[in-house]
Amino acid sequence: MPLLEIKNLTVSFDTAAGPFMAVQGIDLSIEPREVLAIVGESGSGKSVSMLAVMGLLPNTATVKADRMAFDGVDLLKLSPSERRKIVGKDISMIFQEPIASLNPCFTVGFQIEEVLRFHMGMDRAQRRARAIELMKLVGIADPEDRLSSFPHQMSGGQCQRVMIAIAIACNPKLLIADEPTTALDVTIQKQILDLLVSLQAKYGMGLIMITHNMGVVAETADRVIVQYKGRKMEEADVLSLFEQPKSNYTRALLSALPENAVGDRLPTVSDMLFEPAPSVAGASA
Amino acid sequence: MSTTVLEGKNIVRDYHIGGGLFTGPRTVHAVKGVSFTVDKGKTLAIVGESGCGKSTLARIITLIDPATSGELFIDGNKVDIAKGGLTREMRRKVQIVFQNPYGSLNPRQKIGDVLGEPLLINTDKPAAERRDLAMKMLKKVGLGHEHYNRYPHMFSGGQRQRIAIARALMLNPSLLVLDEPVSALDLSVQAQVLNLLADLQDEFQLTYVFISHDLSVVRYIADDVMVMYFGEAVEYGSRDEVFSDPKHSYTRTLFAATPRADVASIKARLAKKKAA
Repeated sequence: MPLLEIKNLTVSFDTAAGPFMAVQGIDLSIEPREVLAIVGESGSGKSVSMLAVMGLLPNTATVKADRMAFDGVDLLKLSPSERRKIVGKDISMIFQEPIASLNPCFTVGFQIEEVLRFHMGMDRAQRRARAIELMKLVGIADPEDRLSSFPHQMSGGQCQRVMIAIAIACNPKLLIADEPTTALDVTIQKQILDLLVSLQAKYGMGLIMITHNMGVVAETADRVIVQYKGRKMEEADVLSLFEQPKSNYTRALLSALPENAVGDRLPTVSDMLFEPAPSVAGASA
Repeated sequence: MSTTVLEGKNIVRDYHIGGGLFTGPRTVHAVKGVSFTVDKGKTLAIVGESGCGKSTLARIITLIDPATSGELFIDGNKVDIAKGGLTREMRRKVQIVFQNPYGSLNPRQKIGDVLGEPLLINTDKPAAERRDLAMKMLKKVGLGHEHYNRYPHMFSGGQRQRIAIARALMLNPSLLVLDEPVSALDLSVQAQVLNLLADLQDEFQLTYVFISHDLSVVRYIADDVMVMYFGEAVEYGSRDEVFSDPKHSYTRTLFAATPRADVASIKARLAKKKAA
C-alpha cells in the first residue's frame, strides 16, 4: 500500500480575474522508505500540491481530488481537528526559509518541545530528554545549552537543523522537504542533504523533496516527478530521467544546466518547447 | 594586445563596529589584501560563501564604498573615492547589477524613468534623446517598446533582471559588476539571462566582474576565477587551472559539495545505496 496516494489533484485560487488553476490534475504516490523528488520552476505548483496535502492552504484555495489518502486514511474526509492529529506527527514538513519558519519569540528548545507536548503528551522531563536527543541527532553541538538559544542566535544552517529536529520529533512516516537548501551555501547544503538522506534511511521514512535544483535531485532521489505550470510532465526513476528524459520539457531543463552547455550558448527552455497556452492569463512565471 | 580595465592591488576593507554599553568596539576585517587584474572583454568570477567578503569587494570595485587601504585602477587611472570623491566620468565607467531584481527597482517608477535616470543624473542629454536611448536599450535586452510605460510589478523576475541590466548599460560602462545576477532566477530564465550577458559582452566589449556561489554558472561564464574565504583570495587563476587543479583545501571542499547532475555520479550513488 502506498504511503501517500493522490489522484487527480486540482487546486485553484480565487482571484479578482477569476479562478487561477495552480495545480491541474496531478497524480502522485510514494511508497514507504522511498525518496521522491518533485522538480519544477516557480509557478509549477510543486509547493502548492504538497501544502494541499498538509492542509495549509489559505481559504481562497479550492482543493479537489478523486483520492487523497495517507496510510490508508482519506484526508479529504477528515475534520480539521482529526487532520491536525496527523499533520506534524505522521506527516511533517520543512520549509525553504529556516530562519523565517521558526518563531523568533521562543527558544528553539520550546519549539521542539511544543510538538512533543501536543502530539505525544510527554511530561516535562521526557520532553527535555527527547529534545536533547533530537538536537544530537541533527548534529547540533552542545544540545543542552543550545536548547535555550533563540533562532536569531543561530546560523541559517543550524536553524534548518532545528526545523528538521522539529519535523522528525514524532517519528513521522512521511517527511516533506520544500526547497530545504535553497537559502543555504553549497557546503551547508551538502551537510543538510546528507543529514536528510541519512535520517530517511535510518528511520525508514518516506521523503518528498521539492526542489528546482537538478543537482539536488541527482544526489538524493529514487524517483522523480517533473512539473510544469501545474501539470505533470514526466515521472521516472532518477537514472532514466537523466539518461533518457522522455518529455521535451525535461530535456530542455537538463540542457539549460550550465554544466551541460555545448559551445557558447545555453539552450533555453523556450528554444525547445512549444509553450502550451496557460489556462488563465497571467499564469506565466 | 589586451588592455587592462580593472586592477586592484592589495585591497583591504575593515569595518569598525562601535561598542555598546557593555561591549568594546571591534574591527571586522571583511577583505584582507586582495589583488586582481581584469582585461578588456574578459570575465573575472569571484566565488565564495556568504560572509566571505565578495559583496564588500563588489561595492569597492563599483566605487560605492572606499577601500580602507590598497589601490584601485580603472582604465589605468587610480581611483580613490575616500579622497577625491567620485566624478561623473568615473560613475559612467562602472555599473552594477544586484542580486534581487524585486528589490533593486523602485516600484513607483516606470521602466522608462528607471532607464532614463542614469542619463538624467550623469549627463546633460535632453529628454527626447534620453527617451530614444532608453527605447533602444529595451530592444537590446530583449524587451519591447510597449514596456516603456509599465511599472516593475508588471514584470517577471527574469524580465526585471533584464531591466536592471539595461539600466546598468545606459551609460555605456566599460566595467559591469554583477552581484549574483542569476541566483534568484529559475533554471530556464537563468539560461536566458546568461545568454543575454554573453551577447552584450560581445557587442560592447564589456568587462565583467561576476560574483556567484554557483560553481556551474562560474565554470560556464568565467575566464578567470578567484575563490574567497574569510576575506582572503585563497585561489586565483584561469578557469581551467582552478577547475582542473584546485590548490587550496577550501576550493576542493567547495567542489566536493557542489551537487553533480551527471549520469555517472547518479549510478555511483545508487550502487552505494544498494550496498549499504
